[in-house]
Amino acid sequence: MATVLPASAQLTEIREDYLELTRRRRMYSGILLIAFAVTFIAGFRIAENRNAGTFRDGFHRIFDFPRELIVEAWEKSANLPGHAARAFPALVETVNIALVSTLIGCLLGTALALGGTRGLAYWPRLIPVMRRISDIFRAVPEIVIALVLIFVMGGGPMPAMIAIAIHTAGAQGKLFSEVNENVDLKPLEGLASVGANWWQRTWLGVFPQVMPNYLSYSLLRLEINIRASAILGFVGAGGIGSELRNAMTFGQGRFDEAAAIFLMLFATIVIVDQISSLMRNSLTEGHRTA
Amino acid sequence: MTAIAMTTDPREDALRLIGRKRLIAMGVPALALLYLTYIFFAFDVPGLAQRARMDNAVILLSDAVSYKIHVTRDNRDDSITVSVEGSRRATFPQEHIPDWIVTEGNRTVIDLNDGHVVTYDGPLVTYDLPDFGPIVITIDDPIGLDLPVAGPVPEFINASDSRVVVTTSAGRLTVTRSRADTFRYFWGWELFFFDLQSPFFGFTPGEVLRAAFSSERVDPALPNWQAIIRDVWYNSIWRHGEVVWAIGETALMAFLGTFGAAIIALPLAFVAAKNFAPSRVARFGVRRLFDFVRGVDALIFTIILSRAFGPGPMTGALAIMITDSGSFGKLFSEALENTDRKQIEGVQSTGANAIQRYRFGVIPQVMPVLLSQVLYFLESNTRSATIIGAIVGGGIGLMLTQAIQTTSDWEKVTYYMILIVLLVIAMDSLSGWLRRKLIKGDEAGR
Repeated sequence: MATVLPASAQLTEIREDYLELTRRRRMYSGILLIAFAVTFIAGFRIAENRNAGTFRDGFHRIFDFPRELIVEAWEKSANLPGHAARAFPALVETVNIALVSTLIGCLLGTALALGGTRGLAYWPRLIPVMRRISDIFRAVPEIVIALVLIFVMGGGPMPAMIAIAIHTAGAQGKLFSEVNENVDLKPLEGLASVGANWWQRTWLGVFPQVMPNYLSYSLLRLEINIRASAILGFVGAGGIGSELRNAMTFGQGRFDEAAAIFLMLFATIVIVDQISSLMRNSLTEGHRTA
Repeated sequence: MTAIAMTTDPREDALRLIGRKRLIAMGVPALALLYLTYIFFAFDVPGLAQRARMDNAVILLSDAVSYKIHVTRDNRDDSITVSVEGSRRATFPQEHIPDWIVTEGNRTVIDLNDGHVVTYDGPLVTYDLPDFGPIVITIDDPIGLDLPVAGPVPEFINASDSRVVVTTSAGRLTVTRSRADTFRYFWGWELFFFDLQSPFFGFTPGEVLRAAFSSERVDPALPNWQAIIRDVWYNSIWRHGEVVWAIGETALMAFLGTFGAAIIALPLAFVAAKNFAPSRVARFGVRRLFDFVRGVDALIFTIILSRAFGPGPMTGALAIMITDSGSFGKLFSEALENTDRKQIEGVQSTGANAIQRYRFGVIPQVMPVLLSQVLYFLESNTRSATIIGAIVGGGIGLMLTQAIQTTSDWEKVTYYMILIVLLVIAMDSLSGWLRRKLIKGDEAGR
């Protein structure tokens, strides 16, 4: 029994220590939580003060505009197909902007990622340069490039396309290089041992390993870019966004056109999301069984 | 599969497989190329060459890194005005007129560097161009032009009966019947710290520093260091104070939107997660709600909300909040579905009630995943906040679009662009730092 006493004393000590630690941790989390809540509420009040209307005044008006829109669209539902048909070319343009910029951006991103990964880069010395380029491309918001290019190139889909492609290249450059970090180098060594050059090693050794992930990320990016292309249109880059902006300026009494465009945009986003998620699922499934 | 493989020759099988792979390897790029060809014409790339305004690009680039000082003489009353970019707000007061402009009576001599000299002398305006000679312009009806050498008018002079423009490497002279205007170009951004109304205008950085620590007041109303801060903050050209507020608004929109969305999404995610859903109907409903919110998209929410709340940062924050609560709801519920039941059962075995089970059995498991997703969104929402700001009318996005719409303030556009990129990079590093700090701390603590 003599041995139990010191053990229990030790146990008490450990328990005290543990409780003390828990108390301190809980206090820290509590302080952190309070600090966060204070920042959040204070931030919200600043934002509200600098806003034209207050939260309380606007809150019950949130559904006024949607209601107006739906009522009007319902009354003039016969007009909707006509409006939709008229805006359809603009929708095609928006989708095309998203597709091309995803395609070009992902190709550029692949180049940036390959150039920025240790062990895979053609010029290992340029690895930091490639990484910085993709960081900068990623940091520049699309709207900045788009608006400047609109000034130089005039209107049309090209400014938006280039702007989204540049941002996509940066974002994918980072994601793809994370995929590249996990590439198994053994196939590359095997290819090198039979005398394959860099292109052959990359094409036959790297791409088969990374392709499913690349494709999956590219599809996710397509979902993002559809939205980006619509929103850029609204600030002046053409496509369905600018149609929507025009329809909104017509004001009350002609919201049926806006409603038609809202519906088309919503449907497009949902369809693209669904197709992309189906394809992504099949990619990961295929990857698992292979 | 195996049955077929056994009945056929494995070599043929392999060849067929390789053939199919080769077909894909050739076919996909071919399809992409075909699509790009279609786009080439659909986007009217050949027409772009004509539409593109390269002169605009030159204006943009040169204006972004340089500025010009206008020396304008009104030909009716012979008054001289010296201003930055011809702006009325940036007109030099008489005592501050730069020393490369000398006025004596009716005669003004403007030194454009490299030996280029423009003289306004009564009705005669002379541009003395080295290696060419004096170009004498007489203000009359029509405007007279005398070149030092006979022959056709050289390319750098654009002359008509009512207007003569001389453009050289050192500057530009425009003469019309009503006025004569000379531009001299300088590198840099003009009046960035102190505008012309400030008593500190024309101080070198050393002098400003010395003044800041000196008790001898430049402006009798305030101590020097306060006056310096005031003059920079209220600079009438660059409006630094407003820019700082705008940057803050953009960051605030991203912060409020992201964390607000997370706060809304967390309880709903429990309803949408398979292993926590109170009922299948509720789960189905909440999941469709998430899908709907994600499908409607930030653009549409932004339009709807700015009709209800008017322009401002709160509207932008709410738009981000609503859109992202859909994305967060989906991501969070997936994270919740991946939780380990054992920890919850362990907590339950000690007699914990439902709230305690969630707090001690679930939250510690999902917190790192949730936090890291929220912090990733914080960075991307900073970028969204600039564009949403341009639509709702708040933050740096609005200032940027306004500066671009003037199509002349390119130095400001450049300034805002640099600030936006710095803000995004700062938010990126902040979120990365927090992610490392909080998530590592959690792992060590448990």
